[in-house]
Amino acid sequence: MAAEQGRLSATHVLEYPYRRSVGPIMGQFFTGLRDRRIAGVRTGDGSVVVPPVEYDPVTGAAVSELVDVGPLGVVTTWAWVTTPRPKHPLTRPFAWALIKLDGADTGMLHAVDVGSAEKMKTGLRVKPRWRDERVGDIRDIACFEPEGS
Amino acid sequence: MSESTKPVTAIKAPVHLEFSYTAGRASTRFLHGMAEGKILGQRCPECGKVYVPPRGSCTICAVPTEAEVEVTGKGTVTTFCIVRIPSDSLSIDPPFTCAHILLDGADLPFFALIQECPFDEVRMGMRVEAVWVPKEELGPTFESIKYFRPIDEPDAAFESYKEHL
Amino acid sequence: MRDVAIVSFAQAKNVRRELDANEVEMVMPVVREAVEQSGIPRREIDFTCSGSCDYLAGQPFSFVSALDAVGAWPPISESHVEMDGAWALYEAWVKIQIGDIDSALIYAFGKASMGDLPDVLTLQLDPYYMAPLSPDSVSLAALQARAYLETSGHSERDLAVIAARSRKDAKTNPAAQLTGDFDPERLLGDPYLVSPLRKHDCPPISDGAAAIVLAAGDLARKVSKRPAWIRGIDHRIEAHGLGNRDLAKSLSTAEAGRRAGVGDGNVDVAELHAPFTHQELILRDALGLANDVRVNPSGGPLAGNPMMVAGLARFGEAARLLMDGQASRAVAHATSGPCLQQNMVAVLEGE
Repeated sequence: MAAEQGRLSATHVLEYPYRRSVGPIMGQFFTGLRDRRIAGVRTGDGSVVVPPVEYDPVTGAAVSELVDVGPLGVVTTWAWVTTPRPKHPLTRPFAWALIKLDGADTGMLHAVDVGSAEKMKTGLRVKPRWRDERVGDIRDIACFEPEGS
Repeated sequence: MSESTKPVTAIKAPVHLEFSYTAGRASTRFLHGMAEGKILGQRCPECGKVYVPPRGSCTICAVPTEAEVEVTGKGTVTTFCIVRIPSDSLSIDPPFTCAHILLDGADLPFFALIQECPFDEVRMGMRVEAVWVPKEELGPTFESIKYFRPIDEPDAAFESYKEHL
Repeated sequence: MRDVAIVSFAQAKNVRRELDANEVEMVMPVVREAVEQSGIPRREIDFTCSGSCDYLAGQPFSFVSALDAVGAWPPISESHVEMDGAWALYEAWVKIQIGDIDSALIYAFGKASMGDLPDVLTLQLDPYYMAPLSPDSVSLAALQARAYLETSGHSERDLAVIAARSRKDAKTNPAAQLTGDFDPERLLGDPYLVSPLRKHDCPPISDGAAAIVLAAGDLARKVSKRPAWIRGIDHRIEAHGLGNRDLAKSLSTAEAGRRAGVGDGNVDVAELHAPFTHQELILRDALGLANDVRVNPSGGPLAGNPMMVAGLARFGEAARLLMDGQASRAVAHATSGPCLQQNMVAVLEGE
């Protein structure tokens, strides 16, 4: 323990190796990511929710119809990270964004690697940059990048 | 190219958090006492109960406890358990006995290891004393006390500790 | 419906790091002050309910050790929420409505300084889709801020004005952590933290504690000359996924406000749990507050934001204004979850 002017302090590390079962709906989504496909789920009013939820957000009814969306999408809002934190998806400055993929009615959160804040805007069309080794995890998409890249 | 064609059924979601604790006023006093080979408690100004280790408050009166009381390392076993389940985190091999020890002058027992005694001879009422680490190893930690061992005194009468079970 | 009032409020000074006192030592003086102020002897308070978060402490059941601060022997009737203490207040309010109890001690505490708060808050997010990316609370607030600024006609300057006003008003609040006179124009010259938010748009990280005593009807009238009556209270929650919500509008606040009866009378003052500057504007819109309503005369969360406490403190600050006769009808608001996901609104009236 460190003692400083009588004060005593100690560090404590809390670690849990959680492994979370994903169920049939999210399971299909993550399996799709591994195959470089992004899917949403069609809800009762016909809208497509991405990433998929197991139950209709409005009625609570179980949903089951998965629909492929994207791969391109549009940024609906964004925020520029000047100094990434250690656990952030990128180590250089990047944008967080809600991205509404083509065919989806809701945005999904991810990072956008676009170089500088000046190049970032609401309405920017982006596409996923896939990781070479994919396991069925949201990070199989390393980040999104502008459509033309 | 993915190697598996089996559907994904789970994701890895490990959690890692780091904390830095400071001991709080009462615990800090207690731990500094440990570093000096002393056992310090605090007395409640209203009901007079002595808390060892002290927590800064009387749990019954809900008032701060500030008056410091030093107690000796002698006490009575009020209850005990024999640990038999092995675990990687144990530093000694089971079976061994841990006990609630009510130090003379304290009103609250605390949990400690019993050694220098066959594990199955520990009993309620047994009189024990603290065994400290060598002087040069004393530090602001509960581990300044290695364990408690029986002493050559008659067992305490049940009446003397029955309110502290 | 039974009449329920706040009859006392106490809070610890918000600090960046409380290094000397542990949680018990931090909570005890606050609880004692609230109980003494209430005029109800501790043993006659029927129920105790607290709000705190194990993840801030890094220990499961961390709230149990804090019971030493309230005297839980002989056994007391007690409950706890892993949420802001405002929800502990709500639970007690419900118990009073049912008729089980006539009085309650509510307390809340949080020592965010012990851990890395952004990392801790990431764990409240969707564990499948969001938490693995580790977006911190400022980043998420910034997403909402841009969505709001791009659709509302408000500007970053409007946010800087709120930041400056809050820290200036906080100068009169002895519990506030961040106080001072700031010039909005100079604030706008600072670099972004996570655009469009700058440091001044964000709350400080705070350690703190607060306590409130609730009393019903005749008991409240007996112990207090001017109880702060809770005339209406409600809370609503939105969908978990950020993309499933309209981040620029707080529909849950609007609904809770309607049900609490905000629009039923004139509002003198509102204490809003808006940790980020843009959220004050979103909440004002949602509650339909007129321009002349004074918001956060205490300085609000921008002056001190102890996790799990700041919402309860809004209730306490609003109640105090009524108990002191400085206002007659107030709105108190508390929030939980990223980007104003869950919101509680109460209408308080003075005697």
